[in-house]
Amino acid sequence: MGQAPGDIKASEITPESVWLDRRTFLKAAGIAAVSALVPRLARAGGADDKPTSFDDITHYNNFYEFGTDKLSPSREAPKYLKARPWSVRVEGLVAKPKTWDIDEVVKRFPAEERVYHLRCVEAWSAVVPWSGFPLSALLKKAEPKSKAKYVAFQTLLDPKQMPGQNASVLPWPYVEGLRLDEAMHPLTMLATGLYGKPLPAQDGAPIRLVVPWKYGFKSIKSIVKVMLVERQPPTTWNIAAPNEYGFYSNVNPAVDHPRWSQKTERRLGDLFRHPTLPFNGYETQVAGLYKGMDLAKDF
Amino acid sequence: MKVLVFIAGLAPLVRLAWRGTHGSLGANPVQTVQFETGLWALRLLFATLGVTPLVRLTGRSELIRVRRMIGLFAFLYATLHFSTYLVLDMFFDWKAIWKDVAKHLWITAGFSAFVLMIPLAVTSTDAMIRRLGKRWGQLHRLIYPAAILGVIHFLWLVKKDKTEPLIYAAILAILLGYRIASRLLSQRA
Repeated sequence: MGQAPGDIKASEITPESVWLDRRTFLKAAGIAAVSALVPRLARAGGADDKPTSFDDITHYNNFYEFGTDKLSPSREAPKYLKARPWSVRVEGLVAKPKTWDIDEVVKRFPAEERVYHLRCVEAWSAVVPWSGFPLSALLKKAEPKSKAKYVAFQTLLDPKQMPGQNASVLPWPYVEGLRLDEAMHPLTMLATGLYGKPLPAQDGAPIRLVVPWKYGFKSIKSIVKVMLVERQPPTTWNIAAPNEYGFYSNVNPAVDHPRWSQKTERRLGDLFRHPTLPFNGYETQVAGLYKGMDLAKDF
Repeated sequence: MKVLVFIAGLAPLVRLAWRGTHGSLGANPVQTVQFETGLWALRLLFATLGVTPLVRLTGRSELIRVRRMIGLFAFLYATLHFSTYLVLDMFFDWKAIWKDVAKHLWITAGFSAFVLMIPLAVTSTDAMIRRLGKRWGQLHRLIYPAAILGVIHFLWLVKKDKTEPLIYAAILAILLGYRIASRLLSQRA
């Protein structure tokens, strides 16, 4: 490349039109690369990506801490749950354990909006405009040790704020877990808002997990503790019914719930069902996490 | 009395239609309709089963005259319930339906309960009652397995909190228990 400018033959000079094309190409490639990271554009299939209405998202909730039917949480949670003050403890196999005040979390990790598909294990689904930040950002601040292989999460335990905990439908507190690589995946987020507003109580205020390629119950609500651990942590629905709910619980139309089919789903507000997609449509982004695993066995 | 029963039997359907046109069926209207029609099919089956004990306990034999209508209303709601599955869940995909019925016991139970109710509705006319004679009574004992399967269908549908289906199971146990007890007592006497 030691040539002087004068040595370049005319034929070697890229014509301006091609050069411009290449610019457009690079720009397009850039957009493609970015959109691969922006989940709303990246999801495969997706018949209709119009977000579910705020009213539906906030009045059709599974949050057993406030009752086992879909409407109780919207009635009870805003009455009892106090989202401030709130703290989240990050601890376990980390170099820097810390108790975060929720306001500090919101300030420290800038919220971005992400429209994710939500698929409940009960075969209904929704499209939800969350706001929040990647879980990896919070975990990195804690500096996980090399022994850490899993992340365990815990919901608040306080029957005064969560009257449903007086009933023994599930063992309390609600606990969930992810493998560390799942937790660090860019799609995995902590949500603090919905439709640009602070997260409503019934949707898991003030901070909840969102893992869009797994059944909804993995996305634990109202988190008070995040713990880095070495072994696979216990998870609530798996404890309650191990034959029906596995640790992974990836959305998978090929593996039925022992009692019902997972092949199709009904989007909230829709009349008819439509096919459920592997990994809830996020297959290209996350299938690599499970290479070599038998997902019928590790369901 | 028949008019009253007719109005009462139609009321849940009218209410559902009203909620449907006023957008108050909730975030998942189809599920609400499925749940309500299923519940009313079961409740009216129980009401049908309750007529005989009520007649015996109160001595008011005229009650027996509304039993057929209650039973037919139960069948109406069961048909609506099944139709939502047939049309809205499966959209006449018979192959998928057959697979679903064969594979998922929850569906098997509900489907069987519905199928068992069909001959009961078909043979509910006066002409059929006369034609079948003694066998009519035998045939209509199919209401027992239909009700039992209906409750099982409800139990297997619920994810975790089984309180409500267990209440239904308890009511059915009383209705069937009454018959077993009265039969045992009459045999002894």
